[in-house]
Amino acid sequence: MTSATTAHSVVEPSATTRRFAGSLVVLYAIITMIPLVWIMLTAFKSPDDAISYPPKVLFKPSLEGFCNLFTTRSRQTPEFIRSLGPPQGMCDSIARDRNMVVAGPSNYVPRFVNSLIIAFGSTVLAVALGTLSAYGFSRFRVPLKDDLLFFILSTRMMPPIAVAIPIYLMYRTIGLSDTRLGMILLYTSVNVSLAVWLLKGFIDEIPREYEEAAMIDGYTRFQAFVKVVLPQATTGIAATAIFCLIFAWNEYAFAVLLTSGNAQTAPPFIPIIIGEGGQDWPAVAAGTTLFLVPIVVFTVLLRKHLLRGITFGAVRK
Amino acid sequence: MNELSASSRITYRAVMVRPGVARRIRGLSDKTLAWLFITPTIVLLLAINIFPLLWTIYLSFTNYRANRANVPTIWLGADWYQSILTDPDIWAAMQVTAHFVIWTVVIETVLGFGLAYLIDKKFRGHGMWTTIILLPMMLSPAVVGNFWTFLYQPQIGLFNYVVAFFTGRAASSFQMLGDVTLSPWAIVIVDAWMWTPYVMLICLAGLRSIPDYIYEAAEVDRASKWRQFWSITLPMALPFIMLAVLFRGIENFKMFDMVNLLTGGGPGSTTEVASITLKRAAFESWRTGYSSAFAIILFVTVFGLANIYVKALNRVKSR
Repeated sequence: MTSATTAHSVVEPSATTRRFAGSLVVLYAIITMIPLVWIMLTAFKSPDDAISYPPKVLFKPSLEGFCNLFTTRSRQTPEFIRSLGPPQGMCDSIARDRNMVVAGPSNYVPRFVNSLIIAFGSTVLAVALGTLSAYGFSRFRVPLKDDLLFFILSTRMMPPIAVAIPIYLMYRTIGLSDTRLGMILLYTSVNVSLAVWLLKGFIDEIPREYEEAAMIDGYTRFQAFVKVVLPQATTGIAATAIFCLIFAWNEYAFAVLLTSGNAQTAPPFIPIIIGEGGQDWPAVAAGTTLFLVPIVVFTVLLRKHLLRGITFGAVRK
Repeated sequence: MNELSASSRITYRAVMVRPGVARRIRGLSDKTLAWLFITPTIVLLLAINIFPLLWTIYLSFTNYRANRANVPTIWLGADWYQSILTDPDIWAAMQVTAHFVIWTVVIETVLGFGLAYLIDKKFRGHGMWTTIILLPMMLSPAVVGNFWTFLYQPQIGLFNYVVAFFTGRAASSFQMLGDVTLSPWAIVIVDAWMWTPYVMLICLAGLRSIPDYIYEAAEVDRASKWRQFWSITLPMALPFIMLAVLFRGIENFKMFDMVNLLTGGGPGSTTEVASITLKRAAFESWRTGYSSAFAIILFVTVFGLANIYVKALNRVKSR
């Protein structure tokens, strides 16, 4: 190849190759984005615009989807509505245009709060437990170490529905069914296996000499772990936390089978937002969009850690 | 505070220590500490994974029904296992699962590797576009699956409209979710959309692990780019590709959320993957003993297949 004669390294692709590769990837990225953009557009459509044929790309923005997401409404006769005072707030006035009045708040906010509490709670627990045992497995001579590690990994091969049956029975017996604590413990147990494997990889990379030096200077093993190893492992801990959070935030199978209201998270809730003529697509889209926002922000902010985490896991195993 | 600043000094001072020295220094003995560090995780896994698993095994030999807890439990032996393994409906569900796993894994691997190969060319802005491509895999399969049912609506859905635009067919002439031949593909498309980025990432890690000097040597030997791809790039990235296949295979064998929301197993039972059958038996007809036996069969299947595959993977790695 002629590129071998240039000053660049022979493995550097030529400008044409790069442009060609770039345009294909950009094309794929755009196709990938279309469904996501469509969700966000639909969130701002009126119900009529959302189900028009052909699908509308240009439309008059409306907040009805968000109003329907956050409120429940009841249908009233026009006479009754006229007898009421002025509408209370924007959503009430939108509802009245459709011969309805706002009856109260919907369950979206409590479900979203449940998602936050359960996802963050289980992430913190899983990462804490995972860091400790990863350090344990990385630094100490543990009997049956490889077997234990494989056992920890194999807990992920079980289909969630299969685990859900006995968990359902167990939680019913000890009063954990449909509680946040129960879901936090469950998600922690699912995540901790990944956390141990990922973090063990990161901690293995930190030279043992650091702790040994600290211990010679008078630290105990535990002090050395907290003050020397933990700061070094921050990147790995961050990457692991993101993975645990994404899993717990997105989980559906356990949530739909084991919760019925009190501890239900958003993923089982969003699909059951029903309007008058079947699914209320703008409301569903609004709920979806709000639910995606934290994860999308996270992904963009922390993409470097994320790439490292995934590839790390791949290289390790 | 003094100690903290001291620690950063210590951190970067490499000291050679004889093995065993550390263990004699004050504080809890390492053996105690090791158990303190590891036990909480093991206890949690025993309580929430192993105990339920053993319970499932026990239930799978009984006639227990979770909605009729007062009926005395009768030991049935391996009856459920026998009836499941001879049930044509179960075999149909396993077949649907196998088709689904094979097609998604093939499509995701080809697309994912292709994308990784292109991104590895480091064109301008590849970081940003990679992040965009990664977005679908960060989302909730349930929420995404539910939204795709909207995109798949025959009259109003964007998907049908776009396909109609390019093929000249009427958008309402085909129903992605209601048609016996199309509905499995509807699920495959969403799964590929979501998980191709995952395969791409692992493949990218593989491509980046190939040292440049091998290509330089090939270049000196005047190997064509085509030849370099087949005898360097592909074989050296193969362990990573196989890993991606393993992860996606296990995940898709267990697939539940997306299928449950897109088709719920229908129309008929054309998209009824094993997880859906299991959910119906366990949480709709409440045949707890029966579904426990099915759960164990599924677990053993994944575990067995994964083990065989990992052996093959290790052979490729050690080559």
